Amino acid sequence: MDKIKKDFPILNSNSIVYLDSGATTQKPQIVLDAVNEYYKKQNANPHRGAYSLSIEATRVYEEGREKIAQFINSPSSSQIIFTKNASEALNLIAYSYGLENLKKDDEVVLSIMEHHSNLVPWQFVTKRTNSKLKYMYINEEFELSDDEIYSKITDNTKIVGITHVSNVTGTINNVKKIIEYAHKKGAIVVLDASQSIPHMKIDVQKLDADFVVFSGHKMLSPLGIGVLYGKKEILENMNPFLMGGDMIEYVYEQETTFAPLPSKFEAGTQNVGGVVGLCAAIDYIEKIGYENIKKKEKEVVNYAINRLKELDYIKLYITPNEENHSAVISFNINGVHPHDVASILDANGVCVRSGNHCAQPLMRYLGIDSTCRASFYLYNTKEDVDILVNAIQKAYKMFEKYFKK
Amino acid sequence: MDNLEELYNDIIMEHSMNSYNKKELDSCDFCEMGHNPNCGDEIKLEVKLNGDVIEDMAFTGHGCAISQSSTSVMIDVLKGKTIKEAKDIIETFINMIKREIKDEKELEKLEDAIAFKNISNMPARVKCALLAWHTMEDLLNKKGE
Repeated sequence: MDKIKKDFPILNSNSIVYLDSGATTQKPQIVLDAVNEYYKKQNANPHRGAYSLSIEATRVYEEGREKIAQFINSPSSSQIIFTKNASEALNLIAYSYGLENLKKDDEVVLSIMEHHSNLVPWQFVTKRTNSKLKYMYINEEFELSDDEIYSKITDNTKIVGITHVSNVTGTINNVKKIIEYAHKKGAIVVLDASQSIPHMKIDVQKLDADFVVFSGHKMLSPLGIGVLYGKKEILENMNPFLMGGDMIEYVYEQETTFAPLPSKFEAGTQNVGGVVGLCAAIDYIEKIGYENIKKKEKEVVNYAINRLKELDYIKLYITPNEENHSAVISFNINGVHPHDVASILDANGVCVRSGNHCAQPLMRYLGIDSTCRASFYLYNTKEDVDILVNAIQKAYKMFEKYFKK
Repeated sequence: MDNLEELYNDIIMEHSMNSYNKKELDSCDFCEMGHNPNCGDEIKLEVKLNGDVIEDMAFTGHGCAISQSSTSVMIDVLKGKTIKEAKDIIETFINMIKREIKDEKELEKLEDAIAFKNISNMPARVKCALLAWHTMEDLLNKKGE
């Protein structure tokens, strides 16, 4: 048994090959234990009680914020806002920054690779503000060319939304270049790091992004915890998104003054257990180290690409430039619908995603309805790839005999 | 795996890959689009009536083997039936998939569409099997309005 795989109970108790980490990752025992321990020994409503257990829950929560700030090199922990996931963080930005700042004829520029969560909110906001929504399209290598970036981001662009890594093609976008150019044009940049942070070090200051969002559950933590990082002066000038308890100072019958950062954006009782799980996930990732994660993933993903390329009936939707490709492989079997492939793979114990992957505009741009997607993470092995390829061969054989001669 | 190979049987595979019902009618009385946005599956049903008898039917569109074959088999079963009979068959098919049929004898009227019975073991694919039947149900209900 693979040394890392051993740490993941669900991968040991089931005889499955899990290749859907782009959707959500499995959780190592130490993350499950940490959450369990929190609820057994420290749980209370944070920021509320004067009793010691509540103070303990508050300490755990705020120390978690510190840890995440360090993890992504945020200048301060007050710039770390907890959300339930990346989608909520992106909605927060769209409502509290986009709606307030966009004017008629301003432009929001997105890549065609965006997940619906970094796309639908911007449709809403640009329609409301009479601003324009534009897209940067990918080339035949499934990448954004420099020309595309320089021609779409203009002096009218106020917001650029970009995913660090595509959840469909696995393309790693040159976000440093996009951020630099957007800033030169006076735009702010919203970086969706959901698909990158499980696989690579994110340094928000080095990237100089204005907003960075990610979901914990795609990086080994439990469901229901996400992070929004923002530059301090921007966050301070924004209005709250959700209103309620704990995000206020004084509430009168007709008026309210709001709490300072980060509480201003955290209404209601927060997910302390989720933060505990996220911190344990960070510990686990740091213990193994991004370098080692990357090395193992490269080996397994490259092996998968090579094995899939041997099958002449497979079409891959990935860049040929290895250094720009992460751990996602979208593919189709000629003549077999992705949903049928996924069902047959499932019957062989292989979990892959099929469908449009919450990226319908990208699918339409590529001229397809759907793909199968195998997404890898640190617990996947070459044996997993062999089982995948075997199952794909079986699926093809089941259909081949019915193909029109 | 046994279950799966039972499901992807000859009836379903032949109907999905080489359906003679996949075409456009020269003329039709009613036409209805059905789609599953999550999969991108789309079908267009065309129906030609003679009085209250379904004289001819055809479909166009694209999707997985289950949705395509289910559409084609449905056409085979419903052609020549009255609207009342068709509605009854559709209801029986939907109930079969939902496992709400107690008396197996009731399934006889489904003819080849019985081939989809095991889809109820694959919750992720139920909507593929039901697409055409729900679309036809809508079409017949609209016709009645």
